[in-house]
Amino acid sequence: MPAIIKNNQVVDDQWTLLEADAQLEQALHTQQAIIPLALWQQHKEQLQAVQPLGIWLEAGQAIEDIVDDLTHFAVIALNFPAFTDGRHFSSARLLRERYSYNGEIRAIGDVLRDQLFFMQRCGFDAYAIRTDRCPTDALQSLTELSVTYQAAHDQSLPLYRRRSA
Amino acid sequence: MYIYDHYDQQIVEDRVKQFRDQTRRYFAGELSEDEYLPLRLQNGLYVQRHAPMLRIAVPYGLLATKQLRMLAHITRKYDKGYAHITTRTNVQLNWPALEDVPDILDDLASVQMHAIQTSGNCIRNTTTDQFAGVARDERIDPRPWCEIIRQWSTFHPEFARLPRKFKIAVNGCTLDRAAIEVHDIGLEALHNAAGELGFRVLVGGGLGRTPIVGSCINEFLPWQHLLSYLEAILRVYNRFGRRDNKFKARIKILVKALSPAVFAERVAEEWAHLKDGPITLIEEEVERVSKHFTDPAYLDLSDQDAELAALDVAHPGFARWRSRNVVAHKKPGYAAVTLSLKKTGIAPGDVTEKQLDTIADLADKYSFSEVRNTHEQNIVLADVEQSKLFELWEQLREHGFATPNIGLLTDIICCPGGDFCALANAKSIPVAEAIQERFDNLDYLFDIGNLDLNISGCMNACGHHHIGHIGILGVDKKGEEFYQVSLGGSSGRQASLGKILGPSFAQDIMPDVISKLIDVYIEHRTPEEQFIDTFQRIGINTFKERVYASNH
Repeated sequence: MPAIIKNNQVVDDQWTLLEADAQLEQALHTQQAIIPLALWQQHKEQLQAVQPLGIWLEAGQAIEDIVDDLTHFAVIALNFPAFTDGRHFSSARLLRERYSYNGEIRAIGDVLRDQLFFMQRCGFDAYAIRTDRCPTDALQSLTELSVTYQAAHDQSLPLYRRRSA
Repeated sequence: MYIYDHYDQQIVEDRVKQFRDQTRRYFAGELSEDEYLPLRLQNGLYVQRHAPMLRIAVPYGLLATKQLRMLAHITRKYDKGYAHITTRTNVQLNWPALEDVPDILDDLASVQMHAIQTSGNCIRNTTTDQFAGVARDERIDPRPWCEIIRQWSTFHPEFARLPRKFKIAVNGCTLDRAAIEVHDIGLEALHNAAGELGFRVLVGGGLGRTPIVGSCINEFLPWQHLLSYLEAILRVYNRFGRRDNKFKARIKILVKALSPAVFAERVAEEWAHLKDGPITLIEEEVERVSKHFTDPAYLDLSDQDAELAALDVAHPGFARWRSRNVVAHKKPGYAAVTLSLKKTGIAPGDVTEKQLDTIADLADKYSFSEVRNTHEQNIVLADVEQSKLFELWEQLREHGFATPNIGLLTDIICCPGGDFCALANAKSIPVAEAIQERFDNLDYLFDIGNLDLNISGCMNACGHHHIGHIGILGVDKKGEEFYQVSLGGSSGRQASLGKILGPSFAQDIMPDVISKLIDVYIEHRTPEEQFIDTFQRIGINTFKERVYASNH
């Protein structure tokens, strides 16, 4: 089983990520499947019964498409086609802060150590580090900066409401 | 100026450690070239033609003398003894060794400086008026707002991987010296009819490949909501800005594609969720930050008009300098002085380590130990007693800062160009120099009057050529360097973008081209007209005919 970072630890991944062209059968027969958005949209009725279920979104897919269905998903995986792509940073914050999603938000795709600090602040709590890199190494980045100015998922108040001389 | 507390200090120190480790991993082969790229860029580190270039942040242009001396030290120790002031009021080093950069950052952190987000696809240094806090036409001091924005934007987690770079400018004056209309976001601080403080918000302006003047999307944003509104704009951009084409990735393209009205609606929808949330600004914070920007210990003085006029008569050089390089101050008996970094023969904006030390000494002696970098690439002593202007002038002359050309044709804004920059299509510094040489006669230069001449070595437009009254753009024609000329650009209020004159020119005839343009202006101007006025009245064709006629 591949290793992922989950809640600041390296653990074995229990989930199976299904490809973008996965069919319904696969989803129904895979334990703990993370399915592509399109499959969910096409077969919502059958898939609603599957528990636990995960879903994943491409960087260009909007989380607004699933916000009415959040209770069905134990995992929402957000794909990074490139480590320079920050679109899902916003998606994660919206899921946590606007839509009160409490399940796992997982970064998948081109996920490297130096994005993690920002990702965790936005609400990610799981990271499937690119397979050619060591997740244990990557863990270090989560604690690199000890002070942050902004309010975000990890810190409900901006520094100016927390500052004490 | 703003002084770090332990939180601010911790952030820059953590950053040094983080970058040291990123650089170590790069040298150890744990990070590929491509992976290290955005990390070093967000720390102002480009790999350039000859060496890496390090861009050091100077938030909204303000520097304390202690910081100036550290910059002098760094250029001596790690570079070739000179630095360059950029059009975002930052400081650039052209020759640091990559492996020294973590040590340089350590030195910078020791004087509350850093290189965070001076490059890369993130929110860059917020800029403002170089005369903030001292200008007579100022309504609201923009500096506290710039600092509030600086803190909000520093390592903002959601906006750390934007589609493209993002620049914010703030103005609080009647005149706009901050060029807010050509920024990704331009903020104009103002009071509404009820006397409340807020901001007029412009979005989607910018230069570069697709120059465009920003559109107003909010006529009055109450100050409490500044950050939530900025966050809404950035979120819409981060999510929906184009990422498939680097040249179409700036926010201006999104604003244009949606139309400013629709973009404004999208922002309003997003903002409806964020408004009145935890990032609503509070009075205590604005006060806390504003306290760092209170007036220095001004003396109770009166204006020295008669005394200075007498000195003018006795010393025409002083008179000339005063008319160009000294501006009025809100406080009687004081003046703001611009040190020209545009002496002919020296690359515009370049300053040596010795000069940096000298400027620090002068600022200690004459201007409450602070200076400001300007986006026109000069340095300002903002609080000089009028009675000391003459003595200051004599010292500035000695050190090469007294060229009386601020706002004149030879006060050229110029990017580092092909001599240094890997992106450039053409050199820009030699063109600037040749033009400066051509217009070396001060009487003539003064007679020509106000003229913004801006040069960029490529269409990234770091030299702001689009908003020069005369703009020069370096282009590559089958491997040869040519220069395209545009006329009629202007920053400030009612900003306008220059129109291209016609086919581009070879480098060696550029001074002739400029001379011809100036001749046309001189022949057609009315007594009260500046170059830009004459251009606007007579149009581009007269200029075009003159320049191209004699080419055949």
